[in-house]
Amino acid sequence: MRKKILDMLYNNSRISYEDMSVMLDIPKSRLESEIAAMENEGVICGYPTMINWEKTDCEKVSAVIEVKVAPQRGLGFDKIAERIYRFDEVESVSLMSGGYDLSVTIEGKSMKEVASFVHEKLAPLESVISTATHFVLKKYKEHGVTLVDEKKTEGRMKITP
Amino acid sequence: MRDPLSKLIQTIPPSGIRKYFDIVSEMEDAISLGVGEPDFDTPWHIREEGIYSLEQGRTFYTSNAGLKELKTEICKYLKRTQNIDYDTEEVVVTVGGSEGIDIALRAMLDYGDEVLIPQPSYVSYEPCTLLAGGTPVIIELKEENEFRLTPEELKAAITDKTKILILPFPNNPTGAIMERKDLEAIAEIVIEHDLFVISDEIYSELTYKSQHVSVASIDGMWERTVLINGFSKAYAMTGWRLGYVAAPSVILKQMLKIHQFAIMCAPTTSQYAAVEALKKGNKDVEMMRDCYDKRRRFLLNEFEKMGIDCFTPYGAFYAFPSIKKFGMTSDEFAEKLLREEKVAVVPGTAFGACGEGFLRISYAYSIDDLKIALGRIADFIKKISKK
Repeated sequence: MRKKILDMLYNNSRISYEDMSVMLDIPKSRLESEIAAMENEGVICGYPTMINWEKTDCEKVSAVIEVKVAPQRGLGFDKIAERIYRFDEVESVSLMSGGYDLSVTIEGKSMKEVASFVHEKLAPLESVISTATHFVLKKYKEHGVTLVDEKKTEGRMKITP
Repeated sequence: MRDPLSKLIQTIPPSGIRKYFDIVSEMEDAISLGVGEPDFDTPWHIREEGIYSLEQGRTFYTSNAGLKELKTEICKYLKRTQNIDYDTEEVVVTVGGSEGIDIALRAMLDYGDEVLIPQPSYVSYEPCTLLAGGTPVIIELKEENEFRLTPEELKAAITDKTKILILPFPNNPTGAIMERKDLEAIAEIVIEHDLFVISDEIYSELTYKSQHVSVASIDGMWERTVLINGFSKAYAMTGWRLGYVAAPSVILKQMLKIHQFAIMCAPTTSQYAAVEALKKGNKDVEMMRDCYDKRRRFLLNEFEKMGIDCFTPYGAFYAFPSIKKFGMTSDEFAEKLLREEKVAVVPGTAFGACGEGFLRISYAYSIDDLKIALGRIADFIKKISKK
C-alpha cells in the first residue's frame, strides 16, 4: 500500500486526499494516517515544487562537482560528506562508485558565486584531494519530467469507435 | 450511366459514430470523452525499435503471415498470458484487429449462415458479416447482467443456420468482461450446437478485476475459436495498425489467402516495433493498466456523486452509464451535452439499438482532463434535473 501511495505522491504531491482515496481504493482516514506515519518515519522528507528556473527571470547557475577525498579511519566518507552537505549552497551530495568519491551539486546565483564556493569552502577542506567542477548548460529532464518545450498537440481525433 | 455500386453495399448504413463525429469536428473548443484509443504515446523503446528498423533499411514486404520472429513472440505471449498453445503456423499478423474480424468472417461464412453478435459492441461485426454474405443475428445484452452474455440469451438466439458466435470481451463500449465461469457456460452450448467463436480480445490486457481469460483456453474450444488480438490497446499502438489472428490451421490457411490477396502483409516497420513490444513492453502495459484503473475508480465515484447510474465496468477503458432517468434518448442527451456544455461523448446507440439509454464515456484521458469534462457534465445534470 505504501508503494502505491508513494508512487502517486511522487508524481503529484499536491493531489488531494479525496482523489487519492478514490483512485487507490483506500479509505481516506487510513490514507491520512499512513502518510502521517511516513512523514514521521522520514520516508516522506518533504513536498518541494519542481520549477523550471530557465523560464523565470531568476538567475540560477548549477554545477556538478566531482570530489575526491581521503576517507578517515573509522568514519569512512560520512564525516567529510557531512562537512560538505551542511553548506546551504549544496543541493545534493552522493557517494559514488568509480573514478571519484562524492558527487556534489551546487546551486548559486552566478558562476562566480559557485566558483568561489568551490575554491574558498570546498577545495580547502582537509580531506578533499581534488575537485572537478562541471557547470550545467541546459537541463532537459528532471524528476521524470521533460523540461524542454515539446509541441504536444492532441493527435487523436475527437470521436473514434 | 449504370449504378456503379453493388446493391449489397448500399444496404449497409455508415457507422453511427460518423455523423456525430462531423458535429464534434466543427466545434473547436469541445472537449471529448469520445475517443476509443489510448491517450498514451507508444512507449519510446518501441518507437525507437521502429525507427531503427527504418534506419536499417528494413522497408520490404515480410512474408504474408508476418515476420517469423514476431509470430514466435506472439505464440510465447499467448502461452504466457492465457496458457494457450499455438504454433507459429497458426498465427497471421494483420492490419489491426479489424482486418482479423473481416477475414475470419469471409473465410468462414456461406450465404445465409447466421452470425450471433452480442450488442452493444464494436461497430464492425454487423457490416463485415453482411459483406461476407452472412446474416447478423443480434443478441441484446442487459445491464442487469453487467452486459455479460448469458447462456439463456445465447440459447434463445441459436437456430439451425447459426454458425458463428462473436465474443467481444472485454467489451467496447460497455467495459464488460466475461470471467472463466461465464465462458465455460457459453462454451458448453457452443460445443453442443457445433458453433465457432470469433473472440475479439483486443482489450485483453485491460481488465481490473481478474486476469483476462480467453475462450480458446476452455476445454474443447481451441479448435472452435478464432482468437483476435493486437497491439493497439495494450501497447498504445493504434496508428501502427497491427493485430493478429490465432486459429487452427484449417481455418487460418483460408484466412491467409484473403489476407494475401487483399493486404499482402502487415506494415513491416510496425512488425519490428511489435517484436520489441512483446519482448520488453510488459512494464509499460502494467503502468498503463494501473493508470486506467485509477481513472476508472475516479470516474465511477464522480458519477455516483452526480447521481448518474453506472454498472461497474471491469474491462477496456470505457464506462457505460445509464441516462434513462433524465427522459432523453442517448442521441438527444449527447447532442445537448455537446451543444450546451461542449463535452463530446458517444451515444450508446452507435453500438447497437440496445445501447439506447446509455452513453459511452472513455477514460483514456488524464485525470485533469477528466476533471474538467466531468465538472461540465455535473453542471449539465444539475440544469436538466431542475426542469
